[in-house]
Amino acid sequence: MNTSSVSKGCFVFKPSSKKRKRTVGIDEYFVDGNDDCGNGRERFNICQKLWEKIKMDTEILQDELNEKILESLLDFIKKCTLSFQSRTDDWASRMRASEIPTAALVLGVNVPDHDMTFQSLSDLLKNSVTPFSVSVQAKECTALKNLMQRVLERLMGVGVSVEEDEEDSGIHLPQKRVSCSISVLCQWYKTVTKKHAMKSPDKTCSENGFLQSPPIVVIFKDFEAFNPRVLQDFILICNRYIHELPLIFVFGIATSPSTVQHILPHSVSSLLCIELFQSLSCTQHLATVIDKLILTSQFPFKLTGKVLQVLVSIFLYHDFSVRNFVKGLQLALLEHFHSQPLSVLCCKKQEARHNAQKLSHKDVEMVRQLPSFMRYVETQEPQEQVQLLTSDDHVKEVCQMLLKGLRKYHKNYYPILRCLHSLTASLPKYPLGKQIRELHISCLEKNVWETNEYESAMQLLRLLAKDELVAALRKCADILKPGKTKKMKSALQQLEDYIIRFEQLDGMSIETLSGEEITSPGKDLQKKTDLFQLQKTLLEMKGSRRTKKMSPFEILRNETLDFIDGLVRSHLTPPELQPLNEVCYYSSSGVLRRHLNATPRTSIQTALSHPFYFLQNENLKTDAGTVSSAAPDICIVYKLHLECGRLINLYDWLEAYATVVSAAEGKDPDAEDYGKVDELKHARFIQSVSELEFLGFVKSTKQKTDHVARLTWGGC
Amino acid sequence: SPKKRVTVMLNTVHTQCCLSSLLHQPEQYCYPSIFIYGHRATGKSHVILTLLKELELPHAAVSCVECVSAGLLFEQTLLALFGADSAALLPRLPSLSDFVRVYRQVCAQQPAKQTRYIVLERAELLRDMEANLLPGLLRLQELVDDNVAVILLSEIVWDKFRPNTGCFEPLLLHFPDYTKGKILSLDSNPSYTPELYSSYINILLGVFYSVCRDLRELRHLAALNFSKFCEPLEKGEAKEGNTHKLWRNIEPHLKRAMQTVYLREVSSVQWGQQQMDEKEATALRGLSALAHVELPYYSKFLLIAAYLASYNPARTDRRFFVKHHGKMKKTSFLKKHEKTSNHLLGPKPFPLDRLLAIFYSVVDSRVAPTASVFSQISSLVTLQLLTQVGHDDQLDTPKYKCAVSLDFILAISRCVCVCETKYLFLTFGLWLLT
Repeated sequence: MNTSSVSKGCFVFKPSSKKRKRTVGIDEYFVDGNDDCGNGRERFNICQKLWEKIKMDTEILQDELNEKILESLLDFIKKCTLSFQSRTDDWASRMRASEIPTAALVLGVNVPDHDMTFQSLSDLLKNSVTPFSVSVQAKECTALKNLMQRVLERLMGVGVSVEEDEEDSGIHLPQKRVSCSISVLCQWYKTVTKKHAMKSPDKTCSENGFLQSPPIVVIFKDFEAFNPRVLQDFILICNRYIHELPLIFVFGIATSPSTVQHILPHSVSSLLCIELFQSLSCTQHLATVIDKLILTSQFPFKLTGKVLQVLVSIFLYHDFSVRNFVKGLQLALLEHFHSQPLSVLCCKKQEARHNAQKLSHKDVEMVRQLPSFMRYVETQEPQEQVQLLTSDDHVKEVCQMLLKGLRKYHKNYYPILRCLHSLTASLPKYPLGKQIRELHISCLEKNVWETNEYESAMQLLRLLAKDELVAALRKCADILKPGKTKKMKSALQQLEDYIIRFEQLDGMSIETLSGEEITSPGKDLQKKTDLFQLQKTLLEMKGSRRTKKMSPFEILRNETLDFIDGLVRSHLTPPELQPLNEVCYYSSSGVLRRHLNATPRTSIQTALSHPFYFLQNENLKTDAGTVSSAAPDICIVYKLHLECGRLINLYDWLEAYATVVSAAEGKDPDAEDYGKVDELKHARFIQSVSELEFLGFVKSTKQKTDHVARLTWGGC
Repeated sequence: SPKKRVTVMLNTVHTQCCLSSLLHQPEQYCYPSIFIYGHRATGKSHVILTLLKELELPHAAVSCVECVSAGLLFEQTLLALFGADSAALLPRLPSLSDFVRVYRQVCAQQPAKQTRYIVLERAELLRDMEANLLPGLLRLQELVDDNVAVILLSEIVWDKFRPNTGCFEPLLLHFPDYTKGKILSLDSNPSYTPELYSSYINILLGVFYSVCRDLRELRHLAALNFSKFCEPLEKGEAKEGNTHKLWRNIEPHLKRAMQTVYLREVSSVQWGQQQMDEKEATALRGLSALAHVELPYYSKFLLIAAYLASYNPARTDRRFFVKHHGKMKKTSFLKKHEKTSNHLLGPKPFPLDRLLAIFYSVVDSRVAPTASVFSQISSLVTLQLLTQVGHDDQLDTPKYKCAVSLDFILAISRCVCVCETKYLFLTFGLWLLT
């Protein structure tokens, strides 16, 4: 490169923007990953489309779920605004302390999910109540001046100087800088509202539909994380200006509302007029998300029981975050389309038929390799088997047919699953699980009717009283109504027949009851006076009761439950038995777990104790529990330190290290300098020890000189 | 008239004399600094500011809470005393000497005819600012060579202010609390007779005076509940003279107010609405009614483990959490000083290692040491259920304290433990240390 400089020196040349490296599109990754099959781009497109749909659905769902609480919050804010405006100078309002209206919004501990709620809240506010709303987070407000600065900046849209600022921050904000105090905000608010009032002569409403003096809403997103001092001071200051500024606070609370009282002393909390708003619990939220995204035949992409179990257990055990659950779902989706070439068939009806036609020879081979397809082939006639194994076109035809079958299976599966759940969800002790997802998982994994839980559930169902049973059946009928397949329609028909027959029983029951009364054993009992005779009759009665003729209701009940049992047996078979299920079902739960629930410490330990695992070098392959002497220095040092106690003598450690390394160099064990420490080894040793220290396995100690302390426990 | 109101507000003759002698000869130099202290809502700011306004004396009133930096304080003072131009003369990040320099500069142009007053509310916050600020302000008169007096208002006594390097001693003035009789004579309601109102206040004080002397708060409560008090009168069920009936009507209501609206469990708006709706039975849900916190499964166990680690002596861990521990002699099990209840002493800090060791032994299944388990610990810290102690050595051995109560832990362990014995074991562990 040429420079115009005459002197020698270092010059920096920034690459010109034209020569920038071509950025790799995301879809390229799909193609590069499996370059042997050409449908990478199509899979990527299908995946993208599916994800867009899922994302949109979850957003809509979120909005629906939050609708109620946000609406009541908005009402509260509107009410407060009106009370600001209609402030009168009567006796009571003069006497009353001026309080800042505050909404305590209890959202649960799933903090990552709150962002979405706050986003829609501030959108709603901006649209309908006030243009002046700010949200602040604890991490950006460590001191009072930061908090003030954020609030003022976001409201007024100008740079606000905090005195200790660096000079350079002013460069980005060329506007007039103002000092950071609420009195500045007051003046600004007065001018802004005056402008509004000038523009619209109509006194009550300005042109945007906002009230004449819109309130200033300050949202504290994570109330608990704020420094209590900062909050207290801020509230004290705001309270001084409440007569000039219509301020409203919203506290986003993750734990319980009583934290307000823990964080703020009475002298400060008495300046607030706190009203409580509670959102839906996150478990309910998850149930709805699963209901809408997983338990539906709408999406061709499915999860196997194990994968779903991983996602649900991360939710229940670790974070309670619905957003993370959906992210996990996204990861599964991506992984599936990335790793399974046949996922090109995992799409809507028309598209799938089209894609099946286009399958290449390699793809067809892959179809033949699928375990489910092989099982399918085995069940066919010999002639058909030959056809399937030789003709590609025939396989394509069969694929289309099988995919159709799979779609039908899903269309029948979900309604029946819901029916079974609605029947068993109210049973005592919930033998098949309280939540539908539990039932779903057990159905995915095995034949549910072979489990003990199913048996006990059925037994309990056979004891149900009539009105309960009929109510449950009605619910089932409601679930089956939207079903479009033939089987569902006929099932619905039969179910309705049963319900009608139950209703007809009402008329009959009186006659049957009167018939039974004649044989009522109570009367015979009184005749017997002999104790022995009595015992005998009682025993007889017990026996006869067992074989007693069942009432028509009982017969009908059994018949109905047998019918339902039949439905379960025919439709709730595990998907693994369905041919071509691999196309739609994502099954690698291990991959998902490794990605979502990472164990950094275990990985480091694996890397150190089994270097082969990551380096894939044949020389490093050893038996369990030993480390090859050719392993990297840090592995040897790590291995040696495992054999020590809490305090490690550095010199002994060095000696041991030198011996091991000498063996690796292939030196003669009897030679004089075998195991001697030279400068190179010394340096290598010191470097690996400091690496171990960096990883947090050892640290220097003051207890003994030339020793280090171990920070992990347990031997080799 | 306001002046009369001020004299009503003032509690003793002594303070009245002091103030009037201080403020009534503005042409002469005033005492350089005056320190006024008294409890909340004893009328300090109100009296001073009304007097200054009434006497039309030049003054600057600044609340120290608002001044996030000393510069803001200087700016506001100059702004109020000399107008906007003078404040612009201050450089960025002004120090006390800058302030003095600018003050002298503008003061030379506008020499004082009367004493200028600088009133600093919540002066206790001055102590946290630069060390030279408070002593400097106390002798500002001397520094700027002008007829200026600084009035400091605070709820804290002067002894807590005195810097250890010594300073100019201000004139001390105490505003004592209002007596019961004084409060009775302060207010009146325009639509009712003074006798009725003062009998109402008397009842109110009977309930609240033992817990609250804050005039502002008492007035607030009086305003909130007065309509309820008047209800029988409006309905014609009682006459003004029938104090007993009025008392019977209002007393339980006030007692309930003390438990709810006074503690801000229920907001004043909700309280007012409840009165109007006449629905006595439907008690409003207070803030602390919803103390239950839903936590992820492992977070619950982490919290239990943290509680055990905070309140159990570390020596006893072996006995509680190792299955085949060696025998410990009963007498030597707890040392003498450990027999005093640990709950009285409060939580003790514990290292992360110990927390995890207890966690792994308490939780039923095998738990992999995943990143999410560790991140749950830090989210418990941000939720203020745990607190991190100390700042050194954060990487290797962070230390924590458990910040939740026994009841909270008992509630959690009840819903976490499926089997009764496990619960018993946990509660036993907890009980042993009480």
